[in-house]
Parts: sequence; C-alpha cells; structure tokens
Amino acid sequence: MTPHMLTRSLDRGATIFLAVVVACGILIPLSNLLLPAGSFLQVPTYLVALWGKYVCYAILALSIDLIWGYCGILSLGHGAFFALGGYAMGMYLMRQIGSRGVYGNPILPDFMVFLNYSKLPWYWYGFDMFWFAALMVLIVPGLLAFCFGWLAFRSRVTGVYLSIITQAMTYALLLAFFRNDFGFGGNNGMTDFKDILGFNVQAEGTRAALFALSCLALIAGFLICRAIVSSKLGKVLIAVRDAESRTRFLGYRVESYKLFVFTVSACMAGVAGALYVPQVGIINPSEFAPGNSIEAVIWVAVGGRGTLVGAALGAVVVNYAKTFFTSGMLAPYWLFMLGAMFILVTLLLPKGIVGTFNAWWDSSKERRLAEKTTSAAAEDGVTEAKMAEEAQ
Amino acid sequence: MPANLSARLCSLLLSLFLIAFALPAFAGPFEDAVAKFANDDYSDTEEAIGVVASSGNTLAFPIISALQDGRLMADPDSKKVYVTGADGKSIDAATGQAVASVPDSASAVRLNNRLRRSVDAAIGSLTLQSPDIGARLQAAQSVFKSHEETSLEAVDGALAKETNRSVKAALGDARAAILLFKPDATEVEKLEAVATIKARGDQEAMALLTGMGDQPASVTKAAASAIGSIQSSLAVWSMVQNAWYGLSLGSVLLLAAIGLAITFGVMGVINMAHGEMVMIGAYTTFVVQEVIRTRYPGLFDYSLLIAVPLAFLVAGALGVVIERSIIRFLYGRPLETLLATWGLSLVLQQAVRTMFGPTNREVGNPSWMSGAFELGQITITYNRLWILVFTLAVFAILLAMLRYTALGLEMRAVTQNRRMAASMGIATSRVDALTFGLGSGIAGIAGVALSQIDNVSPNLGQSYIIDSFMVVVFGGVGNLWGTLVGAFTLGIANKFLEPVAGAVLGKIAILVLIILFIQKRPRGLFALKGRAVEA
Repeated sequence: MTPHMLTRSLDRGATIFLAVVVACGILIPLSNLLLPAGSFLQVPTYLVALWGKYVCYAILALSIDLIWGYCGILSLGHGAFFALGGYAMGMYLMRQIGSRGVYGNPILPDFMVFLNYSKLPWYWYGFDMFWFAALMVLIVPGLLAFCFGWLAFRSRVTGVYLSIITQAMTYALLLAFFRNDFGFGGNNGMTDFKDILGFNVQAEGTRAALFALSCLALIAGFLICRAIVSSKLGKVLIAVRDAESRTRFLGYRVESYKLFVFTVSACMAGVAGALYVPQVGIINPSEFAPGNSIEAVIWVAVGGRGTLVGAALGAVVVNYAKTFFTSGMLAPYWLFMLGAMFILVTLLLPKGIVGTFNAWWDSSKERRLAEKTTSAAAEDGVTEAKMAEEAQ
Repeated sequence: MPANLSARLCSLLLSLFLIAFALPAFAGPFEDAVAKFANDDYSDTEEAIGVVASSGNTLAFPIISALQDGRLMADPDSKKVYVTGADGKSIDAATGQAVASVPDSASAVRLNNRLRRSVDAAIGSLTLQSPDIGARLQAAQSVFKSHEETSLEAVDGALAKETNRSVKAALGDARAAILLFKPDATEVEKLEAVATIKARGDQEAMALLTGMGDQPASVTKAAASAIGSIQSSLAVWSMVQNAWYGLSLGSVLLLAAIGLAITFGVMGVINMAHGEMVMIGAYTTFVVQEVIRTRYPGLFDYSLLIAVPLAFLVAGALGVVIERSIIRFLYGRPLETLLATWGLSLVLQQAVRTMFGPTNREVGNPSWMSGAFELGQITITYNRLWILVFTLAVFAILLAMLRYTALGLEMRAVTQNRRMAASMGIATSRVDALTFGLGSGIAGIAGVALSQIDNVSPNLGQSYIIDSFMVVVFGGVGNLWGTLVGAFTLGIANKFLEPVAGAVLGKIAILVLIILFIQKRPRGLFALKGRAVEA
C-alpha cells in the first residue's frame, strides 16, 4: 500500500472515523490504567471489555460491508467465519491453561478429560504456539470461504440462493460444533481462559491492551477495505454489484473478483472473532447460530451499506442499544425493537445513517455550490466571457 | 399365654363354624385340591396347583397368583387355606368368601424352584383362558418368550378354544417355541415349529432360533436357513420403516415449505417470517382447543377441522397485511425483503411470547389422531399417517387451484414473466398480495398439522425455516412438483442417513449435499426454463 493510495482513499468521513478510533484506542486504555479507580474520567474495566466487544463487532460489520455493500454478496453466514476465528483463538487459550485446569492435565483441556479423550486430537496440534493459532485465525475462515466461494461463484449461485446456502453452511457448523465428539467442547464450548502470551486475560492491563489491539485491527481492516474499494479492483466489484451479467460480458472474470473479496472478508471476520474471544472469555457453538449472522447484517444496514464507516458505526450503535435495552426493564421489548429496526431501516432508511447523511451533505453542498456559482456568474459575467474568448 | 390361647380357640371355633357352613355347599375336587395346600408338602402342592389351574373355577387365578407372591396362607390345623390381599383383606380360598382375619397358626404356603416353574406355567395357562383378548394375547406372547415345557398342555387347551385370529396365531407361535425347546419332541414337530417361527419373522423369532441349543442336524439346518430368511426380511422391513419415517418427515417438510415455494416462486421473495406463520397456525389450534375445552367439550374431536380454516384465515389475513404494509415497498430488492421479513419474524415471535408466554402450550390429539396400528413389522401412528394424507390433500388442492382458477392462471403468468403479465392487464400488485396471503395461509394450516407432532412454542417456526428453505432451493423455484420431490427426497434421505451416521451428522450431511447440489444446479431440481435470466 503506497502512501499515495492511502491519501487517495481517504475522504473526510474516513479521516474523522480514523481519528475517532485512534483517539479511543489510545485514550480509553490510558484512562482505565492511569486514572484512579472511581474517578470521573476513569473508564471502568468492564466498560473496556464491553467496548472491546463492540470494536470486534465493528470489524465483523466491516467485513460484511466489504462484500455486501461493494459486491452485492449478502452472506448470512459470516458469523461462521467470526466463530471459526474465535475457536482458533479459543484453542490457543485452552492450551495455555496447561495443568491449571480443574483436572490438572498438562496436555488435555478439561472438557477432553471429562469426555475421556486419551490423547489430543490431531487438529489440536500446534495450537500451543501463538503464531500457529494466529495463522489459523486467518487460514481456517479464509480456506472455508475460498472453497465455499469457489464452488458457489463458479456455478453462478447469486442473490437469495447464495444467502440461503451461506445460512445453511453456518447452520451445519452450528450442529457440528454442538457435538461433543467433534473435539471442540460441545455445547459448553471453551472458557476459563487463563493466559494470553503469558499475560493474565483477566488483568486490567491485558484488557486495555486487547482493546487497543482491537482498535488497531479495526483501523487496519478499514484501511484494507478502503484500499480495495477505491482501487481499480473496487470499481469492478461495484460493477459486479450493479450489473453482474454486463460486467461478465465486458470480459471480467466475475467469479474471481467475488472469490477474492469473499475470502478477504472471511479472514477479517476471523480476526474479529479471535480478538473477541479473549475479551469475552468464552466461545461456544451459539456463535454459529444463523440469527447472529443476520443480526450482523442489520448493523451494516443501519449504519449504511457501502460506506464502511457506516458499517462500523452501525455495529457500535446497535450493540450499544442492545446492551442498554436488554439490561433494563425494557428487556422484553428488545426483540420488538430489533425487529422494527430491521423493517424500518430497510423501508425508510435504505442507505443507513451514514449513507443518508452523506446524501444530505452532498445535496446541500451542491446547493451551496450552485448558489455560489450563480452569484459569482452574475458578478463575474464579463470576466468569464473574456476568458472564453481567450480560450478560443 | 391365655390371650393367645383364646384367640386360637376363637379362630378354631370360627373355622369350625365356617367348615360347617361352607363345606356341604361346595365340596368337590376343587375344594379338595385347595385343602391340599395346607399339607405343606411339595408334591401335594404341585398336585393342587395342577387341579386348581385346570379347574376353570374363578378363584383359580387369585389362588395361584397369591401362591406365587407368598400371599396364600394355609392353616395346618384346620386345613383351611386363605388368600390375603395386598390391602390386608382376606378370603377363604375354597369358597371366595371374605374372612375377618387369618388365624395365627396359618403360614404362607412354601414353594421350591420346581414348584415356582409350575406356578408360572399355571399363571400363564390361566391367563391364556382370560376373557380379555389383550390379556390372552399377552399371555401367549409371554409363553412364547419363556417356552416352558409345562405350558404346553395349557397352550394346546387354549388353542382348541381360541376364536380370535391374532391370539390364535400367537398361541401357535408359543406352541412352536415350546416344541422347539422340548427335548422329547419329534424331529417332524421341531421342523414344523421352525417353519412356524420363521413365518413370524421378527427380532424375537430370530433370538429364539439362534439360542435354541443342541438340536438334530436337520432342525439346525432348517433353523439356519430360517435365520437367514428372517434376517433378510427384517432388513426389508427396516428399509420399509425408514421409508415410512422418511415419507412422514417429507410430508412435514412439504407442508412447511409449500407456502414458501409459492411466495418465492411468484414474487421472488424469501419470506423469513414464514416459520412464524406456521407458528401462528399452531397457536390458532391452541386457542380453538382452549375455547372448546372450556365451552364445548363435546366438540374436541372436531377441533382440528375447525382450526384448519381458521388458521388459514388468520395467517392469510396477516400475510396480506404484511404484503401491503411492508413487502410491496421492497419489490426488486430481494435481499432487503429478506432482512425486513427476518425483523418481522422477531416481532411476531416476541408478540406471541408476550401473549402466550415463552413455554410450550399443550395442544391435544383428537381421538382419531392418537394411537397406532401395526403393519407387518412396523408401527404406524395415526397422527403421522393423517399428516401425510393431509399434506397430499393440501398439495392437490393447491395444484388444482393453480391450474383451474383465474387467480391460479394469473399467478402462473406473473411467475413466468411479471412485466409481460402486467402488460396483458393482470393487476400484478393484487396478485402479489393474494399470493402472499395464500402462502401465509398455507403456512397457517401447516401449523395446525405440526401442532399435533411438535411442541407449540414461540420458537416453533424457527425450527422449520431453514429446512423449508432447503426444500425450496433444492426443489427449484416456481414449480410445486419440485417442492414435492424436494421435500420427500430430503425427508427420505435424512431418515436413511440417520441410522448410518446418527441424527445430527445425517442432517449435516444433508446440508452439505444440498450446498454441493446447488453448485451443480443453481436453480434447483426443476428450474423454470425461460428467458428470465436474472432481474
């Protein structure tokens, strides 16, 4: 990524967004660690973890916006990539527990001892090393997305059909991970994590660092997405979104473009899941539930599809609302609100918050520009006529 | 001990009185036999068991079963025998008359192992003569399992008197089983027995033949071939059973998916709230049954017949409202429709949860839907059978409607080419609304049927929605036959995979297979051929 590409891909909204994320990523951990507990400006640790969760959701939303907003692929199974990344991280964290588990087995995680495993299944090898787990966070979701996308896009499965089979994919994974003999902890999943890279996951410092790291990942993800969508490749993606057949007839290999962006998006979702697990402290099969993936899509729709900034914003806004409403007396009404949000946003706010704001801003700018030019034209009519003459 | 002595004197007097009173009226071989129980001698007891069991007296069964349980008390002094009941009341074994108390000198008639066997056999043969057909059948089956040689006589006796066909067959099986294990039965008898048991052909028959021990060579050979043929017939029956389960599951899938197929086919709209329409149909059934229970209990058997049209109307009306208020603004944007209807499904679920509570509500089976019958080696429950019939009827009606009514014609036209249909003067928006209403209404009546086999809870619809999608996507859009074939294929495939791979793995395998299948045929099994490449 050259500096030129970076500057070209940044507009005003993106700059503000990046500034906010950087500020949060630095200020929130610092305030949590340096200011005395209970002070007005101190961010309590539980809030750091909560906001860290939102940031991970924002990364997931970005990954969905990349394919849905710019390439027209509505994946209802992105939660699966998120959860797979989370499981890869969870496996690393499980191996880090070592002999401190309830059963004190140095190799086998507690649930395996409980389920009478005699030795570690082969697919758990290597997860005691962080670099390997980190690699798997990218490779496992990426590989699944690549295989799935290669099959689907090559045979031109599009639109709702693709949405339905992505949903079937995450549903199949949900069923599989619920099984005890699958070797991933069954319906209890993995929890009781102790260390990450030698630091206690419960410690304030680790949580603050994880939060900062999540913000960093969000920034990196955002920049990657910006770079993709503002490149020539991005133009082709938008063409695919708007007129797939025409793009194909123009000679572009539509399926390759889709496959590329789908795989990148799945890797991003995997990273989001990997950062999510140590902050939340648990990963279980319910992350694969089809409902979760659809909910993630609505974050993007609320924030503004095809704006990137909007996706991240939508994830934070909807999840903040969820936390706010499900913790109070209004809890029984949360599903009404979430449902109404789905309906109202698609009906009344198809561009989402950011998209609508952008449209309003652009039109008002145009109006101002138009006013300016008309008044300028009245004043400088003579000069303009002169210039025209000179040009001829 | 004067108190004890006086009690004994009293009981003696009482017994004497009873003897004086009862004996003249009832003296006979039965009474003599009963008195033998009091001798406390094993051979006398055995003789008594034989006589009592074959006497035909109504007291025979209570006496023998009391003997079995150690409740038969005999007084060696008076030679009187009493049957004490579990409730503490006692009767005189010989007369059946109630007695105030059993004398202290009486003790339980003792048994040894040999006697216990004859008691069991006697009990078996006594129930073989029971007036209740069910009891006779059960007795015959228990004799078949125990195949005690001592029961042979009783079985032969019962066989001679038996008129009921199925009891007679069971008795024949029991007789064959006894002969097979009887050391002194002739080879011919044993060969016949093997043939009879082979004809029975179930798991028990096979267990009997495999465990029959030393036999003449010809019998062993016949048994081996019988085992082979039973095994293959059992394999066939288990195939039939799987096929039946598959058909049953397929009918449920078809019922759930058929409405979805219509809306998806005509409007290209994936209605994620379809499952909730099914749920609303189920809750309509619940409400109908509640009203019937409280007001008109006599109508309970008709509750489903009332619920079907009501559920159709409720869900259908709701469907029309949804189409007019939400869906119609989203035409041409199928992905947004998908999201909006998902939101709608959340709202509907939560609304039902608020109104009816989050727990399962009980919906009863009318009498004609409960119970089961045997077909060969498999059991078919009436509710599953009726659901299959009902599904096929709904399918046929829908097919006829599409084929022969004006609305059906318009729907087909819009499915094939919306713009051309509009140009020909079809009010497509009206067709859309009615189609959506029809699809939802059918989901509603699916809910009535599903309320009979599934839990009626706010999550009812959720459990069917993904399967319904799979059926529609697999079968192909715009073609009801595709949905039919898709539903039954998936149902049967699922049930045949289940015994091999287990329920969950089978389901996962089906999902993976569908995903792979979609790669090969992106538009499903029966895709509409036409120029409509894509919107």
